Amino acid sequence: MASNQSITGEPILRLHGVSKQFGAVSALTDIDLDIHAGEVVALVGDNGAGKSTLVKTLAGVHQPTAGSIEFMGKPVTLDSPGTALDLGIATVFQDLALCENLDVVANLFLGHELAPWALDEVQMEVRAWTLLQELAARIPSVREPIASLSGGQRQTVAIARSLLLEPKVIMLDEPTAALGVAQTAEVLNLIERVRERGHGVVLISHNMEDVRAVADRVVVLRLGRNNGVFDADTSNEELVAAITGASENSVSRRRARKLEEMDQSS
Amino acid sequence: MTEEKSSTALDRSDSRVRHDEGIIGAVRAFMDRIRSGDLGMLPVAVGLVLIATVFTSLNPVFLAPNNLVNLLFDAAAVGCISLGVVCVLLLGQIDLSIGSMSGLASALMGVLWVKMGLPVPLAILAALTAGAVTGLVYASFLNRFGMPSFVSTLAGLLALLGMQLYLLGSTGSINLNYNSALVRFGQILIMPAWLSYLLAILPGVVSVTMGLRAMRRRAEANLSNPGLSVLLAKAGLLTVALLIAVSYLNTGRGVPYMFGLFVLLVVIMNYALTRTKWGRSMFAVGGNSEAARRAGINVNRIRLSAFMLCSTLAALGGVLSAARLASSSQQAGTGDVNLNAIAAAVIGGTSLFGGRGSAWSALLGVLVIQAISNGLTLLNLSSSLRYMITGAVLAIAVIVDSLARQSRASHGRA
Repeated sequence: MASNQSITGEPILRLHGVSKQFGAVSALTDIDLDIHAGEVVALVGDNGAGKSTLVKTLAGVHQPTAGSIEFMGKPVTLDSPGTALDLGIATVFQDLALCENLDVVANLFLGHELAPWALDEVQMEVRAWTLLQELAARIPSVREPIASLSGGQRQTVAIARSLLLEPKVIMLDEPTAALGVAQTAEVLNLIERVRERGHGVVLISHNMEDVRAVADRVVVLRLGRNNGVFDADTSNEELVAAITGASENSVSRRRARKLEEMDQSS
Repeated sequence: MTEEKSSTALDRSDSRVRHDEGIIGAVRAFMDRIRSGDLGMLPVAVGLVLIATVFTSLNPVFLAPNNLVNLLFDAAAVGCISLGVVCVLLLGQIDLSIGSMSGLASALMGVLWVKMGLPVPLAILAALTAGAVTGLVYASFLNRFGMPSFVSTLAGLLALLGMQLYLLGSTGSINLNYNSALVRFGQILIMPAWLSYLLAILPGVVSVTMGLRAMRRRAEANLSNPGLSVLLAKAGLLTVALLIAVSYLNTGRGVPYMFGLFVLLVVIMNYALTRTKWGRSMFAVGGNSEAARRAGINVNRIRLSAFMLCSTLAALGGVLSAARLASSSQQAGTGDVNLNAIAAAVIGGTSLFGGRGSAWSALLGVLVIQAISNGLTLLNLSSSLRYMITGAVLAIAVIVDSLARQSRASHGRA
């Protein structure tokens, strides 16, 4: 189990012993996680490992059953999404959480409109276009309702929204799942740019290629528990072993079978 | 239409999008919207023309100026109630107790003013406060216990009606003083002609000034503009239509102040819904309340504001109808008031499914509803027939709403 190169300074976000229970189900048990300024932490794990629950806990959507969360060295209670946003924790949720009846500009600025008593539509539209161009987004019009956009376009809007408030930590839950080749590359570029600006990034992805491309550390969750922290250059086998909980797993068995078949045919 | 710029405008860089510019473009965009199920004011316009033709052919008095003035007097009370309904419908909620609330408000005002001798403004204030408190109770039920507004307001319908009957006691009705300012406001007071013409010109002037300001700011920010001709054409059409309407009404008694009050409330509500953060939050909560919550919006507070506004406006409607009838009676707010107010909002284009609508729908819808009820009264039809016809109109309005919603979904619009 390799540890990462030393990262200096206090972590921006520190979780200690965080647990979350839904009735009889323990979705998270005793999770420890540090996120430093200027690093990309990838959160990987199988379906049901608790990745999305952890992200939602940090976004203030769920409240942890036990454990403590420290933000910039101070203990905080994330009792609502508004609190998390105000602290500077922005999230791109897996279900995107956009309002389909509102247009792109309204969704980007939702809850943080400029000039609350006389909305500054012009300024907001300009900000929206600049932000979307930074992401190389192909959005035909920012005045169309979200309902008329494709899955990838919606995902870009959701990512753009998380950047709007200049957060300290950005959490991306499967940000590239619905994206094309170019946009995926743009999102990975973006993650690196965000890191260069000194922000912390939490990336959830099933795509190991994406993970290894940008992550500084890979944190593996398994059945709601920490199951190791790895370097970005850890081999695929090692990561899969940690994710599935055994070096002998369905992925390795499949590969072994394929190798055997190739041997036999040759 | 727009001047050539050295670089393309910020919002015009995508070549796949057709950009509608100028008057022809505006017409084409309008047709596209209609076809995709974004009907806007079209059902209202069609409905009004249909109603006017049918009723005028049956009884020519229908289009007489003074009958239309009466229609406007009647429209103000239901219109206020309907304006409140728009707020809760936008959230995808409903308030079924608005009729009872208006009845209770009229009874409360009558008792406090006539029986207990309080000054009128205080009595009205008490009635409005009762409305605000009722809305607060509904919102708390929804926020605390997750009680659907359909159920809590159905319970409220009975409870408020009970309170109204209790307040009025055995006599059953209280007559208001005919010479009081309130009753005169509800029955007689008409704007002087010059004021009504001035108010008819105002919307056009305001929309041109605001439009020019917006165009200048958009040009400075390198954003495209729909074009000056569209702006001028819209403002011109609006002004001409309003001037014709006002001059026709002025050949009769003129424009009632009470209707003016209602329109003022609609304008304020429209501003609040479209140009403030609160309004944006209302649409967001109605569209996807979980997404709104995750964007940091306090959903409970938005619901609270909507229900309080709805009940308060219903109470105001009750006060206005008491002024119109010069009495607070056990019949106030019963019968078809409830459904008329909800139907008006839906006919005007506010969706029952939440997240879509505007303050104008209360104004437009109430004109349709009042025109029907006024026309049926002129024909001396019994209330049995009137209820059936109004019920059918509501059903049609909801069907149009549902069909338009399906069409929007298949055309990729929310």
